[in-house]
Amino acid sequence: MSRLIKDRRPVAEDPWHSLGADEPPPEPERAVIVPAERFEAERALWLARPGSLGVRIGPHCGLEPVLDVLDRLALIAIEFPTFRDGRGYSYARLLRERHRFQGELRAVGDVLRDQLFFMARCGFDAFELAPGQDVEAALAAFEDFPYTYQPAADGPATAWAR
Amino acid sequence: MYRYTDIDQRMIEARVAQFRDQTRRFLAGELSEEQFRPLRLMNGLYIQRHAPMLRISIPYGLLASRQLRKLAEIARRYDKGYGHFTTRQNIQFNWPRLEDVPDILAELATVQMHAIQTSGNCIRNVTSDHLAGVAADEVEDPRPYCEIIRQWACFHPEFSYLPRKFKIAVSGTEPNDRAAVKIHDIGLYLVRNEAGEVGFKVLVGGGLGRTPILAETVREFLPKADLLSYLEAILRVYNLYGRRDNIFKARIKILVNALGVDRFREQVEDEWSKMDRAALRLDPERIAHFRSFFAPPAHERDAPPLDPALLEADRNFALWYRHNTVAHKVPGYRAVFVSLKGYGRTPGDMTADEMDAVADLADRYSFGELRVTHTQNLLLADVREADLYALFKALDALGLACANIGTLTDMICCPGLDYCALANASSISIAKQIQAKFDELDYLYDLGEIRLNMSGCINACGHHHVGHIGILGVDKKGEEVYQIQVGGASSHDASLGRILGRAVPKAEVADAVGRILEVYLRERRDGERFIDTCRRLGSEPFKQAVYGAVESAA
Repeated sequence: MSRLIKDRRPVAEDPWHSLGADEPPPEPERAVIVPAERFEAERALWLARPGSLGVRIGPHCGLEPVLDVLDRLALIAIEFPTFRDGRGYSYARLLRERHRFQGELRAVGDVLRDQLFFMARCGFDAFELAPGQDVEAALAAFEDFPYTYQPAADGPATAWAR
Repeated sequence: MYRYTDIDQRMIEARVAQFRDQTRRFLAGELSEEQFRPLRLMNGLYIQRHAPMLRISIPYGLLASRQLRKLAEIARRYDKGYGHFTTRQNIQFNWPRLEDVPDILAELATVQMHAIQTSGNCIRNVTSDHLAGVAADEVEDPRPYCEIIRQWACFHPEFSYLPRKFKIAVSGTEPNDRAAVKIHDIGLYLVRNEAGEVGFKVLVGGGLGRTPILAETVREFLPKADLLSYLEAILRVYNLYGRRDNIFKARIKILVNALGVDRFREQVEDEWSKMDRAALRLDPERIAHFRSFFAPPAHERDAPPLDPALLEADRNFALWYRHNTVAHKVPGYRAVFVSLKGYGRTPGDMTADEMDAVADLADRYSFGELRVTHTQNLLLADVREADLYALFKALDALGLACANIGTLTDMICCPGLDYCALANASSISIAKQIQAKFDELDYLYDLGEIRLNMSGCINACGHHHVGHIGILGVDKKGEEVYQIQVGGASSHDASLGRILGRAVPKAEVADAVGRILEVYLRERRDGERFIDTCRRLGSEPFKQAVYGAVESAA
């Protein structure tokens, strides 16, 4: 069983292979998530592959590596090196609201139950929970609050609709 | 004041349920201390010297009498019978048990109170002018905008894990700033442009702590409609580019300083130009909706003025009237300070019995509402002049009518070493030392307007940098000693004080302050305030008075 949540449901097996920095590429049809630095260095190679392509972005590198290829990416993974590093929330909103990214937006790294509500509001639809997190219990986090006070990637503020 | 809708009520109840579950998981070992820490901080809960400290939000300082009674009840039931009002218009309890905090929050929710975002690296309680809606000098009442900002900032999904804490203050007047706007991460002044439209002057990057900096102007005029989108642009630039590698360099002031205000402004304006501003636009109907909550209370028309014979007959009343009440824009009314700075009191502290009694006075004399001031007093904002004498008598009987507002002993003071885990030195004992030395009201009146601010450590919760006289407690090889500075101010003409010299021993602080005051009394020109004398003379004469001519020359 994976620790992945997609569209608020547990995913038994992750269809994506998350590639390490030095790991050899998997078979060409396999959906693969490539670290941003590696993607930048080998763009032509990765864009030519038949399999679905995703890029993993760290908080330091920003959105630059992916902005001109968004329509080619089926997934962007945004890394939270620690749950206290909130840059990923801004990246997610920018991707969804400004750049209209339609693919899977996956939170990876130190992804904990208590941040899921905010992450979902910023446009993440997939969550690879940190080790030790209880996937079933974490699903309740999406219901933490019944309304919203500000517009975000999930639409206008529902508390304003009076 | 703002009245909760069903939606607001359900949101704070959801927050209580969320925090109850988080606390349960922490106590069950499912959440580590590191994971729980930001969650409890975002509910105002610190782990302090003796016990947890719970900071409860009082949005822009507005409090209904029933809310103050609830605070009294909590003080009795869960604490040791008192609370401490802060410079950010909140209240802190120093002795709750962690296990009780979810229940305390549930109690607070029954009177539309909470501890949401009173700490942590998120957007904190918005503060404002305690005379909002009362003072004749304001361009417009800032409170509707404070409430708009409060709601926008509440559970903001993008800005709840910022590099560091983030404080916003709003003032309806720039020249008479009573909200210390320039020492906030974002400061907003309501201003009128050349076309006569009202909007905001936006300042960014103020803050105290170990790197005190005054905020700089990022935009001279922002239309009201664009308030939230502009705030969001500033916060996004900060969230993405503020430093996260060093907690001491993580505030937005460091980013503004590193980039320079012009480059910072460019980044904000660039972000703002690309944003979907329409989604956050405040149309006139929305603004009118929020303004409707802050309509003036039903003031009596042609309320009679104060009977001057009362001032003649009772000198104590006359002094109290002069120092502890201020003009109201409605004729026949005054705003009345409830001094929490009387002799022997811990500045800003209030007992549960006093809270109950003052809540009753608010019901009787001021439409059931109170305000917490940035200087850690309470204010009854709408008192009929005809009721002033009765109110004075009632406050005097409670020991809350010390006529020292705006004087030396109306000190700002943090809890210091007595409670705070961060503090290096005691502040409360120094406050009491100063109260004891300067207990002659006539001497205080002769000194006139002086702001004395005191912090027990470099984090500067007592705003010592912007006190006309600032005192900072430091630890020197296990001994509590105190740095003294002069020349700070927090209003429109804000300035940072200058340290006079080496720290003085604990027992000598009040004497050192006395020598500073002697210089002022000797050197002042007609009607010159202490701060103006400081500015005219510089710090040298004060330095000489405290340390002697030889040492300061060395």
